[in-house]
Amino acid sequence: MKIFVCVKQVPGVSEVKIDPKTNTLVREGILSILNPNDRNAIELALTLKEKYTTEVIALSMGPPQAEEILREALAMGVDKAFLLTDRAFAGADTLATSYTLALAIKKILKESNPEEKYLIICGAQAVDGDTGQVPPELAEELKIPQVAYVLNVELTEKKIIAERKFRAVEIVVIETTLPALISVLNDINEPRYPSIAGIMKAHNLEIVHLDAVALNADTSKIGLNGSSTEVWKIFIPERKGDRVILRGTIEEVIQNLCQNLKDDKVL
Amino acid sequence: MSVIIDEEQCTGCGNCVDSCPYGAIELENNKATVLPNCNLCGVCIDNCPLKAISLERDKESGEKIDLSQYKGVWVIAEHYKQIVHKVAFQLLGKGRELSNLLDSTLTFVILGANFDEKLGDFSEYGMDEIIYVKSPILKDYYSDLYVKVISELIEEHKPEIILIGATPTGRDFAPRVAKRLHAGLTADCTGLDINPETKNLLQTRPTFGGNIMATIRTPFSRPQMATVRPGVFKALKKIKKEVPVKVIDYKFTAKDTVSKIIKIINTSKSTVNLEDAKIIVAGGRGVGSKENFKLIEDLAKALGAEIGGSRITVELNWVDPDRQIGQTGKTVSPKLYIACGISGAVQHIVGMENSDVIVAINKDPNAPIFGFAHYGIVGNLNDIIPLLIEEINKLNLNKE
Ligand SMILES: Cc1cc2nc3c(=O)[nH]c(=O)nc-3n(C[C@H](O)[C@H](O)[C@H](O)COP(=O)(O)OP(=O)(O)OC[C@H]3O[C@@H](n4cnc5c(N)ncnc54)[C@H](O)[C@@H]3O)c2cc1C
Ligand SMILES: Nc1ncnc2c1ncn2[C@@H]1O[C@H](COP(=O)(O)O)[C@@H](O)[C@H]1O
Repeated sequence: MKIFVCVKQVPGVSEVKIDPKTNTLVREGILSILNPNDRNAIELALTLKEKYTTEVIALSMGPPQAEEILREALAMGVDKAFLLTDRAFAGADTLATSYTLALAIKKILKESNPEEKYLIICGAQAVDGDTGQVPPELAEELKIPQVAYVLNVELTEKKIIAERKFRAVEIVVIETTLPALISVLNDINEPRYPSIAGIMKAHNLEIVHLDAVALNADTSKIGLNGSSTEVWKIFIPERKGDRVILRGTIEEVIQNLCQNLKDDKVL
Repeated sequence: MSVIIDEEQCTGCGNCVDSCPYGAIELENNKATVLPNCNLCGVCIDNCPLKAISLERDKESGEKIDLSQYKGVWVIAEHYKQIVHKVAFQLLGKGRELSNLLDSTLTFVILGANFDEKLGDFSEYGMDEIIYVKSPILKDYYSDLYVKVISELIEEHKPEIILIGATPTGRDFAPRVAKRLHAGLTADCTGLDINPETKNLLQTRPTFGGNIMATIRTPFSRPQMATVRPGVFKALKKIKKEVPVKVIDYKFTAKDTVSKIIKIINTSKSTVNLEDAKIIVAGGRGVGSKENFKLIEDLAKALGAEIGGSRITVELNWVDPDRQIGQTGKTVSPKLYIACGISGAVQHIVGMENSDVIVAINKDPNAPIFGFAHYGIVGNLNDIIPLLIEEINKLNLNKE
């Protein structure tokens, strides 16, 4: 059995702020990080490894710097790491990204044991694009079933039983065949920190680079050429409120508020 | 495809360097230079005061499809326990507008069982046609069955635009359908419009945690697919209308799904429907303690409102998880939203910014929530809320 974990390097966006004067992003101190949900995906893979005999492989498509997050995955305890990196991959939307990830998974399987069962674990969404579309599209590309927003999973030789979070208060328990893909949110587990020994070990492990040629990729399906969507315009969101701060004593303010709400016909 | 800098125009002002979320632009000899880790996201383009940056596409590759074959706007419904998720009706509202702009038709698509009697109700939401795919197994949601049926329908009828709710279910099947058809899909749109010249769908959505809005288009492929969060658009007023219905009795084979639903577990005692609430009083960390949440409850009671909370209050167990509002909780759009002791992080804002009137009570005058509020009160909620309750009770008495 193999478990593939797809991980992505993202800007630490919760720190991204807009400078109101210049209307530009303030990027100071923004680090590129391992996408938070993907950390949970790694954690799940490693917990499954404690119970079942399996090899855990981390995959990332991104620029050469994405080695950093793969190094982190190795330090957490992942067995092998692959970086899909090529200028030709840039500008990929979710269609092109899932195509490229699928090629790598097929290649890795073909070169070890094509008959081997596998499970792919993804983060439910990445914080930069925040689409959550790559996991289902990857499953579709590989023609395997998928279960999204998984809270818990049991593995057998040929099947998985997964608990899927559904509508905030409901859990659907789904059984499906392997190979399969699951995606996880951040409430599934508490990701481990790499140990010192883990960091030392990861330092010496090789991160295999694969480019478009190594993947034998169809150039019309990768990067921007392989993308159906394109960014047309980017802008800073306008704030909707009128910024009316009510002033005066507490009593005045409350009178004022209630009058306004009556005028607005919401009271 | 690459980001091109016009060196003649570039003055080395550095705006683009600051704007790049990937740190992929540097100044070299006082000219901007794009580094290899550029993700072609395009943020820099709008941030260049001199319009010296552009995105250059490679020569169009791949075979082109005949876009003109694709016509009509579709809304795909989802349901649970025989109740259609109301986002579908909201999408019909927007869908009507888009189909009018395109001079085309609006179709409501539903996959399910036992909806025959309900079709009359659905027809009141302003569509031109209903497609009802029926099979006993479609009573529940199965990813693979939805993908199969919807992809087949699209290939047969070739709609131009497809709108789907960005619910856990919609986010599950929409990408697979898009992938199967190699169609572009834009997630979580908050704005949809038609470009008057090209007639392309313009899909606006927040990215980078809501700090930036991006307008996405799908110029060379069809259909153009979008998912939209519940509460973003409004349903039209119901009208009596006879709508043609196409019923398809679908026969599945055992091979069509490899998944099986074993059981559905309900994890909550209460069932609140925040999405339908007219008034919501929401508390944040500023409320201070679980005990003090009584204040929020009292205010809600006086107003006949539902209670909501920010994520932190859910994590602290002050509020039930199904009352969380925001990116990982619910999207609400009540007539009145009162945010008490909530700072206004973007992840919270995206869940409530479509409320008609927003009131914020916060002791920090610089709290971001004030940028989204129609009425802001700077002060301690412990002083303000009790007086506010008194005032509202007075108003209620006067009404009676
Ligand atoms: C991936 C991701 C998803 C998230 N999803 C969500 C989500 O769905 N929903 C959500 O809400 N958050 C979400 N968050 C968390 C979000 O970023 C914020 O951390 C959270 O919204 C903050 O909650 P808060 O405003 O209650 O608390 P704080 O940010 O701590 O703000 C408390 C506020 O109360 C004010 N205050 C304190 N005492 C008083 C007083 N006595 N009187 C008046 N005012 C007072 C303070 O001035 C402060 O502004 C998410 C985060 C991430 C990273
Ligand atoms: N470039 C990438 N490389 C590896 N995994 C990715 C990549 N992009 C997305 N993923 C996976 O897909 C998940 C959802 O990403 P997204 O669809 O971009 O929100 C992530 O949490 C990753 O598990």
